[in-house]
Amino acid sequence: MSKKSYREAIRDAIASEMRRDPRVIVMGEDNAGGAGAPGETDAWGGVLGVTKGLQPEFGADRVLDTPISESAFIGAAAGAAATGLRPVAELMFVDFMGVCFDQIFNQAAKFRYMFGGRAVTPLVIRTMYGAGFRAASQHSQCLYPLFTHIPGLKVVLPSSPYDAKGLMIQAIRDDDPVIFFEHKVMYDETAEVPDESYTIPFGEANLTREGRDATIVAFGRMVNFANQAADELKREGLSVTVIDPRTTSPLDAETILDSVAETGRLVVVDESHPRCSMAADIARLVAEEAFDHLKAPIRTVTAPHTPVPFSPALEDIYIPTPKKIRDAVLAVTRGRSS
Amino acid sequence: MQHSRQFLLDSYRSMATIRRFEDRVHDEFSGGKIPGFVHLYAGEEASAVGVCSQLGVRDVIASTHRGHGHCIAKGCDVVSMMKEIYGRRDGLCGGKGGSMHIADIAKGMLGANGIVGGGPPLICGAALTAKYLKTGGVAVAFVGDGGSNQGTTLESYNLAKVWQLPVIFVVEDNGYAESTASAWSVGGSQLGRAAGFGMPGIEVDGFDFFAVYDAAREAIERAREGGGPSLMHVQLSRYYGHFEGDAMTYRAPGEVAKLREEKDSLKIFRKQVTSAGLLDHGEIDAVGDEVAKLIDEAVAAAEAAAMPGEVDLATDVYLRY
Repeated sequence: MSKKSYREAIRDAIASEMRRDPRVIVMGEDNAGGAGAPGETDAWGGVLGVTKGLQPEFGADRVLDTPISESAFIGAAAGAAATGLRPVAELMFVDFMGVCFDQIFNQAAKFRYMFGGRAVTPLVIRTMYGAGFRAASQHSQCLYPLFTHIPGLKVVLPSSPYDAKGLMIQAIRDDDPVIFFEHKVMYDETAEVPDESYTIPFGEANLTREGRDATIVAFGRMVNFANQAADELKREGLSVTVIDPRTTSPLDAETILDSVAETGRLVVVDESHPRCSMAADIARLVAEEAFDHLKAPIRTVTAPHTPVPFSPALEDIYIPTPKKIRDAVLAVTRGRSS
Repeated sequence: MQHSRQFLLDSYRSMATIRRFEDRVHDEFSGGKIPGFVHLYAGEEASAVGVCSQLGVRDVIASTHRGHGHCIAKGCDVVSMMKEIYGRRDGLCGGKGGSMHIADIAKGMLGANGIVGGGPPLICGAALTAKYLKTGGVAVAFVGDGGSNQGTTLESYNLAKVWQLPVIFVVEDNGYAESTASAWSVGGSQLGRAAGFGMPGIEVDGFDFFAVYDAAREAIERAREGGGPSLMHVQLSRYYGHFEGDAMTYRAPGEVAKLREEKDSLKIFRKQVTSAGLLDHGEIDAVGDEVAKLIDEAVAAAEAAAMPGEVDLATDVYLRY
């Protein structure tokens, strides 16, 4: 056990799987960095340094820099996966999936079904998401609801360094394509992380707080904000359960429904836009499956239905906050009878 | 290049199977027995067989929406293919893929593809696998003239060159992307594009099996020896429409009849091998008879095969969930 950042936990997971399985390769733009340039190799290790150090250890055959051609190399990763390798490809910012979505949702996601179960696609696509970097509209989106919508893809949103490592190892060992969302604001967050390998199964939610008065379901970075809100509410006399589903596909619906059956109150926190979001999806699930348990209308806390703004003054009010989550919980528990 | 009699008979069998298969699918589709979209390869046989007759299972191909010919040339089971096109449960893809998605990974057939330009990036990945695992395999992306204008294809030229991958891009230029002439839609030239990416390129008469074979042999050898990607611009034509039901009003009157008369890869092959004394007409006719019987059996088997049921709807989507 040692203190590791979210970034180090992800790197640690990839490196340990590369040592274990020679079929695991890494590819992406500047994943080592400096290819063909006169200065250092392994100059960047990815734009925010997650894969730094992998090429010196594993060589340029296994850690491949690519041209800026997302369609070609994400498609190549899918083709390599279907023919025997286990690629971990980096789609630098999830916003860039707009240029290669066909290779993800028409090719990789479909192989297994479309080919009658006679293909596997053990592909991991790592990607950065989320606001908070003053990176504006084309480098700050969440977009995980879009991937969650596509059958055949698994979608992972680690909210801590510990989860990041265990979920990444699981992702690499999984035989379906996995989209692994890394929140760019969380890379430097640190926590105790075991040095040895471990996996966290997909579709098993984590209860980060347990309480009786309300249920918060939150995703990715919003889990930490929900925890902060729950801690504040506890000081004010309300006990709240916080559920981190950890994967949106598969989704641990059972844990969410069991909790709502106990608390009768639900707040869903999602950094993405409100329409067709995880917030809308969870609200639909609970309205359909647990309506009789609800003691108050479901509340959602999301970003607004706008592009992500640049100005810090605007971005700070765009992102959901612990205070907004707290206010939503107070709204659903107002006048509670138990 | 000296070819064995067996090789010549096998190659003819493969081309004749494609022709017969496609003519029969045309008839059965017209009769309402085949659902969905089908895009037929008849007329283009020499391209698929000229390339695939020199590939093995370690070699991978990716095809297009016009994929039946590539599947047959790469060794996919013809009866299972017909069942798939009929949407049957024991079709090659369990009835879940259909005409546009026939695949057989075990045979190195990475799929027909419903997305124009979908295959070239995938084939770069298959080539990367071969290169990394040192299998000696090569990977072939078939694209049409329409697909040659997709960014995915051009990006793949670049990636294959930068990574020095064992890839052959086979641009099958049948003159029309849907209804739009390739003479109108392709800026510059296919060979100019190859040169732009530093790849060897070659013009090939796509009605001449031996011309395709020789061009492909050189490109495949180069790829196997680590010489990187090549491009073949194969000029040919299709006898049917873009899809079945296409009235082909964009083609010149009499164009297809003239092609069938003057540009028929099977007739040309027959003439070449008989005039050189390599095979006689009787042997070739016998292969034709075997093929006719096989296609009859395939259609009968497909018609008799069971449809998938509701139980099949949600299987094969995740390996574990």
